[in-house]
Amino acid sequence: MEDDAPVIYGLEFQARALTPQTAETDAIRFLVGTQSLKYDNQIHIIDFDDENNIINKNVLLHQAGEIWHISASPADKGVLATCYNKTADGKVVTCAAVWRMPAELEPGGHESPEDAASPAHALELLCHLGPAAHGSTACVAWEPAGDGKRVISLADNHILLWDLQESSSQAVLASSASLEGKGQLKFTTGRWSPHHNCTQVATANDTAVRGWDTRTMSQIYCIESAHGQLVRDLDFNPNKQYYLASCGDDCRVKFWDTRNVTEPVKTLEEHSHWVWGVRYNHSHDQLVLTGSSDSRVILSNMVSISSEPFGHLVDDDDLSEQEERCQGEDLGPRPGPAPPHCFPRDAGRHAGNLADCSHGFTMLAESQEPPQDSVIATYEEHEDSVYAVDWSSADPWLFASLSYDGRLVINRVPRALKYHILL
Amino acid sequence: MAAATAGRGPGCGPGDSPEGPEAEAPERRRKAHGMLKLYYGLSEVEAAGRPAGPDPLDPTDLNGAHFDPEVYLDKLRRECPLAQLMDSETDMVRQIRALDSDMQTLVYENYNKFISATDTIRKMKNDFRKMEDEMDRLATNMAVITDFSARISATLQDRHERITKLAGVHALLRKLQFLFELPSRLTKCVELGAYGQAVRYQGRARAVLQQYQHLPSFRAIQDDCQVITARLAQQLRQRFREGGSGAPEQAECVELLLALGEPAEELCEEFLAHGRARLEEELRSLEAELGPSPPAPDVLEFTDRGGSGFVGGLCQVAAAYQELFAAQGPAGAEKLAAFARELGSRYFALVERRLAQEQGGSDNSLLVRALDRFHRRLRAPGALLAAAGLAEAATEIVERVARERLGQHLQGLQSAFLGCLTDVRQALAAPRVAGKEGPGLAELLANVASSTLSHIKASLASVHLFTAKEVSFSNKPYFRGEFCSQGVRESLIVGFIRSMCQTAQNFCESPGEKGGATPPALLLLLSRLCLDYETATISYILTLTDEQFLVQDQSPVTPVSTLCAEARETARRLLTHYVKVQGLVISQMLRKSVETRDWLSTLEPRNVRAVMKRVVEDTTAIDVQVGLLYEEGVRKAQSSDSSKRTFSVYSSSRQQGRYAPSYTPSAPMDTNLLSNIQKLFSERIDVFSPVEFNKVSVLTGIIKISLKTLLECVRLRTFGRFGLQQVQVDCHFLQLYLWRFVADEELVHLLLDEVVASAALRCPDPVPMEPSVVEVICERG
Repeated sequence: MEDDAPVIYGLEFQARALTPQTAETDAIRFLVGTQSLKYDNQIHIIDFDDENNIINKNVLLHQAGEIWHISASPADKGVLATCYNKTADGKVVTCAAVWRMPAELEPGGHESPEDAASPAHALELLCHLGPAAHGSTACVAWEPAGDGKRVISLADNHILLWDLQESSSQAVLASSASLEGKGQLKFTTGRWSPHHNCTQVATANDTAVRGWDTRTMSQIYCIESAHGQLVRDLDFNPNKQYYLASCGDDCRVKFWDTRNVTEPVKTLEEHSHWVWGVRYNHSHDQLVLTGSSDSRVILSNMVSISSEPFGHLVDDDDLSEQEERCQGEDLGPRPGPAPPHCFPRDAGRHAGNLADCSHGFTMLAESQEPPQDSVIATYEEHEDSVYAVDWSSADPWLFASLSYDGRLVINRVPRALKYHILL
Repeated sequence: MAAATAGRGPGCGPGDSPEGPEAEAPERRRKAHGMLKLYYGLSEVEAAGRPAGPDPLDPTDLNGAHFDPEVYLDKLRRECPLAQLMDSETDMVRQIRALDSDMQTLVYENYNKFISATDTIRKMKNDFRKMEDEMDRLATNMAVITDFSARISATLQDRHERITKLAGVHALLRKLQFLFELPSRLTKCVELGAYGQAVRYQGRARAVLQQYQHLPSFRAIQDDCQVITARLAQQLRQRFREGGSGAPEQAECVELLLALGEPAEELCEEFLAHGRARLEEELRSLEAELGPSPPAPDVLEFTDRGGSGFVGGLCQVAAAYQELFAAQGPAGAEKLAAFARELGSRYFALVERRLAQEQGGSDNSLLVRALDRFHRRLRAPGALLAAAGLAEAATEIVERVARERLGQHLQGLQSAFLGCLTDVRQALAAPRVAGKEGPGLAELLANVASSTLSHIKASLASVHLFTAKEVSFSNKPYFRGEFCSQGVRESLIVGFIRSMCQTAQNFCESPGEKGGATPPALLLLLSRLCLDYETATISYILTLTDEQFLVQDQSPVTPVSTLCAEARETARRLLTHYVKVQGLVISQMLRKSVETRDWLSTLEPRNVRAVMKRVVEDTTAIDVQVGLLYEEGVRKAQSSDSSKRTFSVYSSSRQQGRYAPSYTPSAPMDTNLLSNIQKLFSERIDVFSPVEFNKVSVLTGIIKISLKTLLECVRLRTFGRFGLQQVQVDCHFLQLYLWRFVADEELVHLLLDEVVASAALRCPDPVPMEPSVVEVICERG
């Protein structure tokens, strides 16, 4: 039951942008964009070979500028969008563009090591998302279930909906809305909801979270002061249509029911500094991943508000089977009765500690008590602020986190928990 | 026949024994002897033993009964020699002489007696003859007397009978006379108002009249009497109903009516109804005192009047009732109990209403005295009317009032505490306006602590009145046990301390989170207050309470340690929140300064930016503020030249090492190798970590938060050459002034190094400023 050690990959530049290759459902592949002011920036395509625990990488040049945000098309593996900084006339402007990866890279994996030394391929520009007149683009979001033709970009206080035409080579502004109010309002981030036929988008500006209807481009709901300070990231629960997670500079992660926005459903306060990213697992929405500038990544088990409450999937038959299975696997001495909440806070610090965890899970399976929301593991492989975390689109038990110093860490959900959820 | 044979036996003598017809007789004769002996109780054994001794039948025995001189002589002559014969002869002569003299003496002695006896008998014969004559005369006289007596009796017989008859008639006549006079007497009595007398007469005559009512004359009398009696009864009732006279007179009326044979049931109903009317009158007057307007008499007066008016009246009624209707048995007692219960409950309702009005007041001693009177007053009827349970109900009311009083005191304490806090807030807000330093934080803290403590003491003292020895209800089990432990200790004191902690904690959860709602100084003050409670005040208060209220109850109470732990936790949370709030204030300042500036096109730095000076000023102010309430705390030993430390990031070879690799893109990790190695040797910095209770720790926390914010903000910007240099200057300035506040100055260095390093990374054209220039600028600024 020993969990695999995390796999670490280092980039030579600072990096903030990370996304899984959303359209790829077989290979575990992440895209990382670098931030360098002095050199050509790159997009690293990281392929992870789960069998052999090996990382393969491909590097694409992104000469337009340093990458602040990256997102992959949900329909076409080769298409991605970035937000990048452009310095012009002593001013910094963040633009957004849609790119296509060179065709020969797409299958991935058969790149030989010596090829890495060869001059890197460059991305092929498909289109810019509009003129920069709207201001700096903070974020680009693809329509989650669509055919990769619709994109939202957030520029300063504007929310812009684009139609990509002629195989994405042309972006037409379909509709837009802007946020009015006193002071300089700026969107910091946004997510497109996979529910309601993809008609809802959530955005964050300062401490508020707003929901928009893409058909009318009007505001649906607004969570004023969702966090005490800046809201850094949002994510929709993939299985429960009204549930939304947010995180921010007040070190908290909050879970909202968008039908009642006066109070968060749940609040987590595990990080000791700003939380920069929050992600639901795509299949098992009780698993929530957060990354923070305290250099930690925390995997939490939010059973109480997940779509798979305890006992819903696990009936007695399953349990007995599982018990037999447990005995068959000879898990060693069975732990005696103990409080159900037994995940050590820092269980993830060393792989060895996870063995303790596994005991905990076995016990959970045995005791019929509903498990409580808990921190599953805290990962401390990073030494600088973690600005991005995400789950793999191919393997629901695998996730990557990226810290500013360019370190990408690939981790797995502890096996014991995985079996506990599956069985 | 056997006796006859025996009698003849000796007569025949031994000489006969050889004779013919009786030759075989000795056998039979012996048998007859045996039977005689048996008869006289001589045992056969005796008879059998006889042959061994001298045989009584032996004719030769001189002393024997069957002595035969001839045989004896014959025997002597035949058996004895001469000498012996001579001796025997002499001996016998001597014996005969002695016997002769003995005989003579006896005869002389008895002769005189015979003579006197003969004389006496002769004299007696003489006397008796005289007595006989007198007796005869007596007999004759007696006969004469008897005769006379008989004749007198016969003569008087007739007259005696007549006298007896006359006496009987006389008595009867007197009775009749009484009866005939009865109506008029009764009338007279009724007219005079001597009802008692009338009732007595009536009682005497009633039975007779009842018996002879078949005689017309008696019947008339009876009718008259009945009419008068009815009138009497009516008058009595009239008097009874008028009721103006007091209870004793009424009781007399009822007694008379009962004697008149009025139905007791009805009377007791009426009696109670009457009593009720009077008591209700009392209740009404009490109620009038309650009134809609504020009660004029104080509560003591009220309970006094209630006690003497209502309770006294109830006592009288009850006593009279029990005396009058004792014959009614348990049903009557039950009726009385119900009566008392009903009126009692109405009385209690009134008292409770009055006491409820008193709840607002603060004079505990008056209330306790009033309750004492109330309770004491009700104990008398309680004994009289155990069934009505008035005493229990009264005790319950007192307990309820005591409980409410406790709740009120708790509320009072809470509101006093909140009032203190409001005062503190005002005091904290005021000095800024006045421009002059108002009362210091320490002074405010002392004020809050002392006023809270004095409020607690005052509450304890006033609650203590309930358990005073002289108060009649203080020995009830409730006041001895539960009131002390659960009431005073748990709900009042522990409850207050808990609520105080809760109030304080609520400040940590202000929804604004921008720190605007609660002034940070208040957080700091509350934190210190809670800490003081933890160290000393809680145990002091609880000891005081336990001493004043000798708790005998065994129910579990909250231990001091639990409360202390709660207070400590509250203090810790408050202080942590204080750090967060203050950190946030400085962070916001730094963040705005980084976000709003155009770092690309900034000019070459000439000065430290004003915001940095402001940060240092604010930090100093916080340092002073915290220093007022918290101790210094420990910090790591510092090198003596801390302040002189050169801001070395760009002057040392380290900088070269750090940035050199990035010029030649090489294998991954190289870029950050050195900074990573550096980090390996420094501990991870927990930015929002819990703080200790001392000044250094608090300031370390605040500075950590501020600098980390600065770092993150810098990373989000792009810097021009001069922008970077400005950051360099600012950081050096901060380093110059901030190290002294923190526990470990390395921490400040580390964070500031990282800020500058990050700024350098975010600069396309990193040309650092000369350290000497940086120093000059900082010293000038």
